[in-house]
Amino acid sequence: MLNNQSRSPGLFASIASLWQYRAFILGSTKREFQTKYKNSLLGFAWPIINPLALILVYALVFSKVMGARLPGAAGEGSSGLYSYSIYLCIGVIVWTLFSELTSRAQVAFLENANLLKKLNFPRLCLPVIVILNAGLNFIIIFSLFTLFLLVTDNFPGYCFFAVIPLLVILVAFSIGLGMTLGVLNVFFRDIGYFYSVALQFWFWLTPIVYSTNILPEKIRFLVSFNPLTNLLVAFQGIFVNHQMPDWSSLWFICVLAVLLNINGFRLFRKRSGEMVDLL
Amino acid sequence: MSQIIVRNLGKAYKRYPSKWSRLAEWIVPLSKDRHTLNWVLQDLNFTVNPGEAVGIIGVNGAGKSTLLKMISGTSQPTTGSVEMSGKVAALLELGIGFHPDFTGRQNAYMAGQLLGYSVDQITAMMPAIEEFAEIGEYIDQPVRFYSSGMQMRLAFSVATAERPDVLIVDEALSVGDTYFTHKCFDRIREFRKHGTTLLIVSHDKMAIQSICDRAILLNQGKVAIEGQPEMVMDYYNALLADRENQNVRQEITQSGKVKTTSGSGEATILDVALLNNEGKRIEVVQVAQEITLSTKVRCNQAIDELVLGYMFKDRLGLPVYGTNTFHLNKTLKNLAAGTEIEFNFRFIANFGPGTYSLALSLHASDNHIASNYEWRDHALVFTVINSKEHFEGVAWLPPTVEIK
Repeated sequence: MLNNQSRSPGLFASIASLWQYRAFILGSTKREFQTKYKNSLLGFAWPIINPLALILVYALVFSKVMGARLPGAAGEGSSGLYSYSIYLCIGVIVWTLFSELTSRAQVAFLENANLLKKLNFPRLCLPVIVILNAGLNFIIIFSLFTLFLLVTDNFPGYCFFAVIPLLVILVAFSIGLGMTLGVLNVFFRDIGYFYSVALQFWFWLTPIVYSTNILPEKIRFLVSFNPLTNLLVAFQGIFVNHQMPDWSSLWFICVLAVLLNINGFRLFRKRSGEMVDLL
Repeated sequence: MSQIIVRNLGKAYKRYPSKWSRLAEWIVPLSKDRHTLNWVLQDLNFTVNPGEAVGIIGVNGAGKSTLLKMISGTSQPTTGSVEMSGKVAALLELGIGFHPDFTGRQNAYMAGQLLGYSVDQITAMMPAIEEFAEIGEYIDQPVRFYSSGMQMRLAFSVATAERPDVLIVDEALSVGDTYFTHKCFDRIREFRKHGTTLLIVSHDKMAIQSICDRAILLNQGKVAIEGQPEMVMDYYNALLADRENQNVRQEITQSGKVKTTSGSGEATILDVALLNNEGKRIEVVQVAQEITLSTKVRCNQAIDELVLGYMFKDRLGLPVYGTNTFHLNKTLKNLAAGTEIEFNFRFIANFGPGTYSLALSLHASDNHIASNYEWRDHALVFTVINSKEHFEGVAWLPPTVEIK
């Protein structure tokens, strides 16, 4: 008699329906991006000015004003001069992508309650829109950062392209986590509040402003349990030391990403009907 | 051709005794369910045949909207299933997903994309959408500057830009001015001609009776009756009347208008009702239907002279027709205390469509100024619906035409 899941489509049906709704996905992404700057005079200059300011501030403050240097950074001269700025920039850029993906995904269902209740459309569109939007912001800031590297003669060379698989891992991990939280958040609103607190601790438990080798032994042990640690080390390795990542060190986050996605998708399928009742 | 088959459909919402019990149910392994089910709909079985128009009626909270949500697929049924084929358009709420900062055109694209159209398809439909919405240059203004009626015009135009195989409408047409409402119904009729199956929920008795082949009355989450719209409507009225008898007081406060009762109280009105030819109480009157205004009066004291007067007023309170038993030469004289009298006024309800109220007065001689026993405004409120050809105004004055 009970057939709660009669309408939740399987994985392939879901992907097919997402493809059918691609116009909506792209349209929403575009619109969400436009909304932010729609009523400003400078309009589309803002999404560029913001990250540009961030990079310039980091570059100036930490290279010229504070003269901060990273132990063990590659090369002498300009590379050494900007090494900490670059270290900080790539860390913050990657972290921003991660935190935007997860924070947006965890409220994706709540924020679109009205759409979910009143229209029948593939609900998985929502996390996809989150990915595209965060991706768009990331591409802007990352392009500026790359430009900065080229200008200051710090471009890492061919190992730059190792960024692509690293990003795939990061996005997979983030969206798996974000979707799981997003579904749970509908049922237990505490999840949202808890996550924003947790995110602050997580930031400082991740080597972004510091590097792991300055940490005391005990804390270094703690930080090594953070799945993001090795991923950030890999990013920083590429841009600061111009090294290929140690791929084997990333097994933990990869396994987590796969598990979170499987879990998130199953949770979503099982609960999506009940979810609409609660919104 | 597409039909809707609803089988054993039921919907229950989970109700937890406390905030924590949901968490406990999720986390504690093998624990028994901690929620109780709150059934809003149960055991619904019906079929809407291809090309048929079915109206769903019922009082607030009968489960109409929940049913439409399940049929359109936004809400999952707890039991049973809905089978439907073809392209479905559900107008559950118009203008959702509209963003105030974007222009009407941009929002139209967005709304179209939400319905699964591609940009090219919408571009092709756009001239027709603009033409139907009739909002002129506002199409390129931000929706923020729109009146709610204009938003509704645009939303309806987008949602019905292409003829669906199944159209599901939930009260969405109640906004907007009469002109556009008519236009909407014309479009729906047009769709029906081409074979669209229609399922419509409405409190608007006129809408149901004028457009539907069949009606389903939902009462307390179940199908109370299903059949000819007129028959179902009668049943619905009886159900409403029944409710009134149980809670007369509640009805008084609900009517929204202040019900003034005044008078010296030598005589009182016990009951007032409109009856059809079978003697059943009715709330909805067809234009030109033969009806009876029935009033029961009791004399609390001995009265020399008693006249009952009544006045029909339109929704603005303007008098439509009034008379009394003095003018009808039926003045009652020398009544003993405790006498109960029943007055039956039989007439043809030549009203125009709309809502009307009835005021009653009990007095001596030809007016209530000398001695006023009781005066009661809004003693009765009823609706007149038109199933004849369309006409305007508060009176039904059917002419014959002779053209020379």
